[in-house]
Amino acid sequence: MSEALQQIGHLLSFPFAMRALIVGILIALCASLLGVTLVLKRMSFIGDGLSHVAFGALAIAMVMQLTNELLLVLPVTILVAILLLRNGRNAKIKGDATLALLAVGSLALGYLIINLFGSGGNVAGDVCTTLFGSTSILTLENTDVWICGIMAALVLLIYVLFYRQIFAVTFDEDFAAATGINTRAYNLLIATVTAIVIVIAMNLVGSLLISALVIFPALAAMRVFKNFKAVILCSAVVGVAAAFLGILLSFMPSPTGKAVPMGATIVAVNLGVFVIFALIGLLKKFTNK
Amino acid sequence: MAQLTCRDLKLGYEGRVVAEGLTFSICKGDYLCILGENGSGKSTLAKTILQLNKPLAGSITFAEGLKRNKIGYLPQQTPVQRDFPASVQEIILSGCLNRGGLFPFYSRADQQKVHKIMKQLDIAHLADRCYRELSGGQQQRVLLARALTATQELLLLDEPAAGLDEAGTKELYEIIDKINKEAHITIIMISHDHEAALSYASHILHLGKEHSFFGTTEEYKGGAEK
Ligand SMILES: Nc1ncnc2c1ncn2[C@@H]1O[C@H](COP(=O)(O)OP(=O)(O)OP(=O)(O)O)[C@@H](O)[C@H]1O
Ligand SMILES: [Mg+2]
Repeated sequence: MSEALQQIGHLLSFPFAMRALIVGILIALCASLLGVTLVLKRMSFIGDGLSHVAFGALAIAMVMQLTNELLLVLPVTILVAILLLRNGRNAKIKGDATLALLAVGSLALGYLIINLFGSGGNVAGDVCTTLFGSTSILTLENTDVWICGIMAALVLLIYVLFYRQIFAVTFDEDFAAATGINTRAYNLLIATVTAIVIVIAMNLVGSLLISALVIFPALAAMRVFKNFKAVILCSAVVGVAAAFLGILLSFMPSPTGKAVPMGATIVAVNLGVFVIFALIGLLKKFTNK
Repeated sequence: MAQLTCRDLKLGYEGRVVAEGLTFSICKGDYLCILGENGSGKSTLAKTILQLNKPLAGSITFAEGLKRNKIGYLPQQTPVQRDFPASVQEIILSGCLNRGGLFPFYSRADQQKVHKIMKQLDIAHLADRCYRELSGGQQQRVLLARALTATQELLLLDEPAAGLDEAGTKELYEIIDKINKEAHITIIMISHDHEAALSYASHILHLGKEHSFFGTTEEYKGGAEK
């Protein structure tokens, strides 16, 4: 055990590992904050759908050989997020089907485009990376850390400033609108933040696993806590802790000696935390009675 | 001077007309009861007044000074999803939001107001409970408290007595009467309780299939005796 700790300490003395850890934690923080809103708006799978859309956009950007893929991916994803989330609750049923359609459609098209026009030799590897998270998180540069830091600060700021409005709009949109709160603007804000977080988080766990980062912390918190503030805080803590643990675990030597995929490890830790919280929730229920 | 004027309103959904030819106006301090059988369009009218629905035709004009953020509203149904984590206090506080202010926390004044209203409605002991775990009547009281919190000029209640026990209903009518008389807040109440409507309201709007009635309570009583 102490040997493993030593090894982690050694690894963290490398800037690339440190950067991965910082970026991972920042992304997890944003995703888990956002997760509470999305879960409560019954939009859990928006993350999944949007990341597929982002994958499609990424494929096009790769083929167009843009120097900075974000320039295409981000606007496209934000646009789709706004279209899907704009109507809030009212679009629920329609939104679901549209989302599935869009998601699968862009996934297929993206894969097709990469295969047809891709220039690189290793198509399967590229695709696997975008779907399950890249190892590129280990090759992050300082600018990436800065981008993530700014994003995280922005999301955090939005949640602190508009915490009450976000609660009101998620709890009862009609009442909020009736009493003069600009629900459209807040839905727009939530949609934009969602898209940004998804695109950034794709780097960490890939587009297939992204929902986990968004929903698990929120669901875990909701098992134990019954008020909004506690759930938001707990979700953020769970998200950050799981990311921290997951990244460290993926640095450790695996029993089979093979490389451990970071994204999947983080998700596995999240799953474990969720199970523990579900048990605590059950225990609480029984002891209360 | 009229606070709210509706002219030749036509209500409905996707082209299907629910009620039409509604013309009425209310002044500051009025107490309007909206009566009518199930499906006659009362809730639809309420939502149209609140601009949640668009009227098919006709117009609604608000007097100067009656902004949307001065209105309190109690919806007939509030679809809250299972296991939504929200405490009673959080929900009632959200009624304060329409006061604006850039400071991202509720002020002490807001919190005191909420506490007072919770006491009035006899739910102070529930403040930290989870909303979803309350009984139907308790939930109704919480939403009522939220509506009262948001009210500054006008209070619109869609069947506020639904789910309340006898004592609760009586208390509710007293509270509403009091804020109407003492604070001169305009009340619009949708109700199936004719007796209470006739004894408290100053005006009655009766939505009917063929034609609707609008007038003072005296006129309504006179018409009903004929
Ligand atoms: N969202 C909706 N979409 C389509 N039609 C609707 C919708 N809501 C209500 N209606 C229809 O409009 C009519 C009026 O409904 P409304 O809810 O206004 O009645 P109400 O007078 O409030 O009845 P109640 O006394 O039962 O509350 C009904 O026939 C109903 O079927
Ligand atoms: Mg109704």
